[in-house]
Amino acid sequence: MYIQDVTLRDGMHAIRHQYGKQQLKELAISLDKAGVDAIEISHGDGLSGGSFNYGFGAHTDWEWLEGLASELNHAVLTTLLIPGIGTIEDLNKAYDLGVRSVRVATHCTEADVSRQHIEAAKKLGMDVGGFLMMAHMNEPTKLAEQAKLMESYGADCVYVTDSAGALLMDGVADRIKAFSDTLDSKTEIGIHCHHNLSLGVANTIVAMQHGATRLDASLAGMGAGAGNCPLEVLIAVLNRMDVPHNSDLHMLMNLADDVIRPLQERPVRVDRETLSLGYAGVYSSFLLHSERAAQKYDLKTADILQELGKRKMVGGQEDMIVDVALDMAKKRA
Amino acid sequence: MKKKVAIIGSGNIGTDLMIKIIRTSEVLEMGCFVGIDAASDGLARAQRMGVDICATGIDGLIKMPIWKEIEVVFDATSAKAHLYNFGKMEAYPKKKMVDLTPAAVGPYFVPAVNGDSSLSEKLGLTVDLSEDNRVNVNMVTCGGQATIPIVAAVSRVAKVHYGEIVASIASKSAGPGTRANIDEFTETTSEAIEKVGGATKGKAIIILNPAEPPLVMRDTVFTLSDQADKEEIRKSVHNMVAEVQKYVPGYTLHQEVQFDNIPESEPVFIEGVGYKSGLKTTVLLQVIGAGHYLPEYAGNLDIMTSAAMAVGEKLVKV
Repeated sequence: MYIQDVTLRDGMHAIRHQYGKQQLKELAISLDKAGVDAIEISHGDGLSGGSFNYGFGAHTDWEWLEGLASELNHAVLTTLLIPGIGTIEDLNKAYDLGVRSVRVATHCTEADVSRQHIEAAKKLGMDVGGFLMMAHMNEPTKLAEQAKLMESYGADCVYVTDSAGALLMDGVADRIKAFSDTLDSKTEIGIHCHHNLSLGVANTIVAMQHGATRLDASLAGMGAGAGNCPLEVLIAVLNRMDVPHNSDLHMLMNLADDVIRPLQERPVRVDRETLSLGYAGVYSSFLLHSERAAQKYDLKTADILQELGKRKMVGGQEDMIVDVALDMAKKRA
Repeated sequence: MKKKVAIIGSGNIGTDLMIKIIRTSEVLEMGCFVGIDAASDGLARAQRMGVDICATGIDGLIKMPIWKEIEVVFDATSAKAHLYNFGKMEAYPKKKMVDLTPAAVGPYFVPAVNGDSSLSEKLGLTVDLSEDNRVNVNMVTCGGQATIPIVAAVSRVAKVHYGEIVASIASKSAGPGTRANIDEFTETTSEAIEKVGGATKGKAIIILNPAEPPLVMRDTVFTLSDQADKEEIRKSVHNMVAEVQKYVPGYTLHQEVQFDNIPESEPVFIEGVGYKSGLKTTVLLQVIGAGHYLPEYAGNLDIMTSAAMAVGEKLVKV
């Protein structure tokens, strides 16, 4: 199994993109020593995600990435690019800093927007993953058609990305099966889960059992919403299942509890708010923004999240959180 | 007498512009509608509406007898095709060109900003539209047309250090050209936020939302400026919205202007700007389309073609 750590990318969401440069470097080195196969680093919303809309990072992506590639012995340095936010110019900059693998992410129905970026990354000789976000919003066969498009642009792997943590185990199985049926046997399949319905590990295992070979996880689940599939738990389960991988359980357990948990300003866990994300099928990164809007306009976070779900907002539309909150505040008045 | 124009590009934008000119312009009329795909829906639509068509691009258009009478050529193809088309126009310096692609060869033009001489002077914008000039104005992008007037509205009150815009459009309103070149949207819009909006640093984000029924175009503008009188900014934004409404009736403020103070003790870190404090202004907009080619949700088409038509009308009057 190819284990990709997302603590330093998805995990950004949990601390408003505020990892210090040195702190991030030490974590990346520790993760490399613990044997993960890939380490993803960027603003939570991908390269150049720093903005009023998503939150400004403590550093630029370039500051975070600089000097890291030479420190890693086993893990591939990787990053995320969301077309519409980041550009090919950003990708080139990341490549120059030693990034050799990238995931190009689109909403689960908009794969054709990724063409120029996937092609550009392949031209650079990078390993490329296509990342179909909010995968619960597209049915299995149609999602597989989108995956096929990404494959046709050159993607080496395509992911079922459950950004809202809304998929149940059958939903994951059906989507991975549809990918297996549709994609070339040389194209890998990946899974990226959120833990909002407490299914992060279970869904990852189900995906693996149906053919996924690249699994995303983060230390202590550090990620948007209730977090991702917790890395140390996933490794423990893989050990119990006798599935081969390169990671060291004890090193990861220690990192999760000794280093990551103390960083969490807001505990990353399943609670009323994060459960609401999974239940309403809302983009997990909306959590902290909605909590801030709830405080500012004296509303309940769960109500805002529910309304965002009703209005069919997709990943990236953080600006609509304040819009929804203002509408709700007006209605109350 | 109405002046004749040609539109090159038979996709969503070109077709919408054609319908708009036929139905609403008192100054312009269709001379020829030009595509490169004889089977395109746009060309068929033009034919049904009684407009002369050409299916062999600008080369075909130049050979047509009507070419002599064409005063303005609207280019609604792609950034790449525009370079070719603009090259072909070199032999005809009297004919004006309005570029609706993100090619950004000619100067950017946002009617509510560039069309207001006192504002454009204040922001240092000079676009020479005079007759003895080879004119090729660029319409930025749909998101740029919707948001840059607001950035400029803040700029005329206080120094804007950073302008950021988020454009959310319905998936159905984004044609294949837009989808294949999403970077051109972000890059061109970002640059125009600086050059026309007056921000030191610009950033643009675009989101496609596939919801059914399709959602109406939404645009959000965030600026970080020096501290200023909030009421003055609020008024400036309202006045600007009224100005844009003159050519895009479906353009509205969806919420009252929002303000946040960013204190010196807690500055934000903006790439390319550094640590900055000041006044954050948030403007939430909605653009309901006129429903000419695509239905009302496609405000992105409407604002682009409405702005282009407004510029075209200005060009033949100069």
